[in-house]
Amino acid sequence: MSKKEIFITSAFTENSIWRQILGICSTLAVTNLMLNSLIMGLGVTFSLALSGFTISLIREWTPRTVRMMVQTLIIAAYVIIVDIFLKANLPSISKQLGPYVGLIITNCILMGRAEAFASQNAPFDSLIDGIGAGFGYTLVLVMIGFIRELFGFGSIFGVKLLGSWWINWSIMVMAPSAFFLLAMLIWIINVKFYKPKGR
Amino acid sequence: MDVSSFVLFWAAIFTSNILLTNFLGMCSYLSVSREIESALGLGVAVIFVLTATAALNWLVYYYVLIPFNIVYLQLIVFIIVIAAFVQFLELVIERYAPALYYTLGIFLPLITVNCAIFGVSLFLVIRKYSFIQSLAFSAGSGIGWLLAILMLAAIRRKLKEKLVPQGLQGVGISLIITGIMALAFIGFSGIVQIQ
Repeated sequence: MSKKEIFITSAFTENSIWRQILGICSTLAVTNLMLNSLIMGLGVTFSLALSGFTISLIREWTPRTVRMMVQTLIIAAYVIIVDIFLKANLPSISKQLGPYVGLIITNCILMGRAEAFASQNAPFDSLIDGIGAGFGYTLVLVMIGFIRELFGFGSIFGVKLLGSWWINWSIMVMAPSAFFLLAMLIWIINVKFYKPKGR
Repeated sequence: MDVSSFVLFWAAIFTSNILLTNFLGMCSYLSVSREIESALGLGVAVIFVLTATAALNWLVYYYVLIPFNIVYLQLIVFIIVIAAFVQFLELVIERYAPALYYTLGIFLPLITVNCAIFGVSLFLVIRKYSFIQSLAFSAGSGIGWLLAILMLAAIRRKLKEKLVPQGLQGVGISLIITGIMALAFIGFSGIVQIQ
C-alpha cells in the first residue's frame, strides 16, 4: 500500500469512530466546545502517530508475552508529554479537559492501532497510519463540537455568531445530546457511504 | 472538598453517573451489553476492581508520588497499578476460586482497558478527595456503571424483535437508548450536587 492509501484507509474507510466504534468516551466528553475538541484531537493525533512509530520501531525486539505492557508504557509516555505541554501552555484548556487528557492512554484507538497496524508494519507506514487515524478522530470531534457549540452557546471557537435573538439550547451542552449526535452521525454515514450488509 | 462521603456515594450513582454524565467506560459498555448475564458479571467485576484500585492509587499518590515529588509520573504509575492489580486478582481467583474464575475470569482482562477505572483514579486526585470520600465515590461510580449497563442490556434484549432502521442497528440504537437514559438521569440532578 502506498502512503496515501494508508492515510485514506485509516482516516476514512476504516475510521476508528464510525467504523470500529473505538474511543467513544472522549469523543462524547470533550465536544461541548470547538476549541476543546480540536485540542483533544491534536493531542490524540500526536500520541497516535508517535506511539505507532515507536512501537513499530522496536517491534522486532518486543517479546510477544509482554507486548501489551510495552505498548501501554510507550503510549503513556507520549500522553504525559501532551499533558505537560497543555498544563504549561494552555492551562485553562488543560483544566477544562481535566482527566480526559490522561484518559488518552486507555483510549481504545491507540491500543487498537498499535495492535492492528504498528506491531506488523514499518515505522514510517505506522506514522502515516497514526496521523490518518488521528485525523479521522479529530474530524468527528470537530463535527460534533461544531453542532454542540453552535446550538448550545451560539458561538464558534468562543466567537458569538448568532445574535441576541438566539436562545441557547442548554440540552446541547449536557450529556444526552452527545449520545444523540454521535448516533445520528453514525447513522448518516452508514446509510450514505456503506452498502448495507445482507443480514 | 468538604462533601460528606454519604452524599458523594449517592451522587456518584445518580447525579454524576460515571457513564451517563462523564462518558467513561463506553467501549465495554457497548460491546458487553448484549446479554444480561455477562453485563452483570462485568458490572460486579468493575465495582470490585474500581474500588480496590481507587484506594490503591490514592495511597500511592499521597504516600509515594507526592513525598518523592514525582507527580508528573502519575499517569504511568496509575496504569501500572491497575494492570498489576488486575493480573494479580486473576491469579488469585484462578488459584482459590476456580468456579468464580470461569464466570468472572473472562471479564478481567477487559477491565484493564476500561477507562472508567482509570478515570475514577484521576478524578480522585483532581478533586482532592480524602481517603474515605474516595472509597465512597469509587464504590458509587462502580454501582452506577453496573446500573447503566444492566439497563442497556435489558432494553437491548427487548429490542431484538423490534424493527430498527438498517444504518442504526447495533451501536447506533444503543447510543440513542443511552442518550434517553442520560436524559432520564438529568431528572435526578436536583437532589444532590457535586463537583
